[in-house]
Amino acid sequence: MMIAESVRFALTGVMANKMRSILTTLGILIGIASVIILLAVGAGTSNAIKAQIGKLGTNVLTVSRQTTAGGRAAGGQAVTGPRSRGTNLTLQDMAALTDPVMAPDVAATAPVVTAQNVTGTYQDATHAVATFVGTTPSYFSISNDTLAAGSYFSDGDASNGTAVAVIGNTVAQDLVGSSVTSAVGQTIALNGQNFVVSGVLAQKGSSGLNDPDDIVVVPYSAAQDKFTGYSPSLASITVQAKSAEVMNQAQNEVQMILDARHNVTSANRDYQVRNQAQILTTATTTTATLTVLLGAVAGISLLVGGIGVMNIMLVTVTERTREIGIRKAIGASRGSIVSQFLIESLIISLIGGVLGIAAGYIGSAFPVLGTQPEVQWWTVWLSFLVSAAIGLVFGIYPANKAAKLRPIDALRYE
Amino acid sequence: MNDAVIQLDSVSKIYGKGEAEVRALDSVSISIDRGDFVAIIGASGSGKSTMMNIIGCLDGATEGTYHLDGIDTGTLDEFQLAQIRNRKIGFVFQNFNLIPRTRAVDNVSMPLAYAKVHRKERRERALQVLDSVGLAERADHKPSQLSGGQQQRVAIARALVTNPVLLLADEPTGALDTKSSHEILDLFESLHANGRTIVMITHEADVAARANRVVRFQDGHIIEDHRLRDVHAHPVATAVPA
Repeated sequence: MMIAESVRFALTGVMANKMRSILTTLGILIGIASVIILLAVGAGTSNAIKAQIGKLGTNVLTVSRQTTAGGRAAGGQAVTGPRSRGTNLTLQDMAALTDPVMAPDVAATAPVVTAQNVTGTYQDATHAVATFVGTTPSYFSISNDTLAAGSYFSDGDASNGTAVAVIGNTVAQDLVGSSVTSAVGQTIALNGQNFVVSGVLAQKGSSGLNDPDDIVVVPYSAAQDKFTGYSPSLASITVQAKSAEVMNQAQNEVQMILDARHNVTSANRDYQVRNQAQILTTATTTTATLTVLLGAVAGISLLVGGIGVMNIMLVTVTERTREIGIRKAIGASRGSIVSQFLIESLIISLIGGVLGIAAGYIGSAFPVLGTQPEVQWWTVWLSFLVSAAIGLVFGIYPANKAAKLRPIDALRYE
Repeated sequence: MNDAVIQLDSVSKIYGKGEAEVRALDSVSISIDRGDFVAIIGASGSGKSTMMNIIGCLDGATEGTYHLDGIDTGTLDEFQLAQIRNRKIGFVFQNFNLIPRTRAVDNVSMPLAYAKVHRKERRERALQVLDSVGLAERADHKPSQLSGGQQQRVAIARALVTNPVLLLADEPTGALDTKSSHEILDLFESLHANGRTIVMITHEADVAARANRVVRFQDGHIIEDHRLRDVHAHPVATAVPA
């Protein structure tokens, strides 16, 4: 039996029941499209997170307070230290980190004072600020910020506690409307305290998980005065290493200086140092898990589609029992019958696969939760192979069933 | 081996086992010569359908041997049996059994496809045979667009396209009106006149009367076997068909 002949017979079979073939094809189409789209969403999210962390600077270390310092609790009153209780990170700590002898790999530092639940108001508009930071101007260069309009505040403002603020694009939009640059020079209230907007940051773009443009940056002393109550304590210190290559050296230097100042060892540190590479690794692991999960869900829908193909092929075989009998009577061998029905299921699943790939590409053109899905070329090949495999795996049983029919039984079938 | 197309020796077909055992055919021996036109008649349950299945290689005998055109069919595997059905036998059924939604010419050429004949040659031969049964202008019609008599003629064309040694017809006129029946039987007679070997199963005496030889079955036995006319009663008597 020539293959071309089997294909011709199979096509006749597919065309004989157009609606049924279309619906079965649809099952495969949806399965393949969802695999492609969901894996593209996973890849898009992962890339967006990587890009965002890259924007924050890959050579940035964050030194933050460790709230559970096990070593100190065990020591009780016997522990002595140069710092007052609960004040782990201070401006003096930060100043020590910029020592060019002790920390040759540190380029710059910035203090971070934070406050929760800060609400900005301007005239009738209000906006709940996601990230509120009190810091020095060096913060802007460390976190790769640029200005869309206006200016940063000065080092003098930072230490004097001048009530000025640099706001992110989202905040500006919510408070003054779409022409964000008009916010410069306006006075906004942050939890009732008046601040003059000195600058608006250029848009960084959302990663889907959080919005880096939903930020208000003020001088650290103003934040301490007006939000956290006067206290020399910092939430964290942002440290910029001289390059991405010397991150580990910079981290060691920071730890040596702070261990000495806080009189602790690596066993009972009351602070922790995180570098962006670690955050990147964590984020990548998380999105990989997410991608696997999404892929598994899509895989299940593909399996359901495959079962649909098998179901329809079984119906087709039953329905065409008589035809099979006739074909066998006029000389069709078992192999010709198998190939006819196998090719029929292959045609259905491959058409579904190809259309599914197209649908996957179209579906991936639209952003999902602010993230642009990125179609992975290997998922396209995989989908094509999987749809062919579905045609074969789910077609082989019905095709065999057809081929095994005895011609006299098949001819007698009504 | 003599010139017998069909040679059955003590063929039995037994269904079921033990008490439920049914001998559909009980030690039947018969020889059918090349160029003969034989009618097999009998009431339902007489064994004539079982006979047809065995002669047509659609079913195997339980006991005995069956030679078709000199080949012992009992030794063949399924694939070889399919080839035998394809090359040696042309089937004509009561219900025409054309493949639905498939044009007449494609129905006729289908056995050639299974015989791995090239596409172009298939079409030529199919059209030629359709022409010989008088349906050349209906080649592109689908079965649903043809009358019963026309469908049966397409089926006969399909049976003849591989130029088989045996034309096996199972109640070929059973689903047709009187006029169409006569046309089909006339066609059989002219085929026979051209030397074609025909075995026709029927339960109608007037249909059987068109054959040369009538074999009557009852309860799995041949109870009557008589010749109405000579094998080559017709003037055109060249044995090998075109």
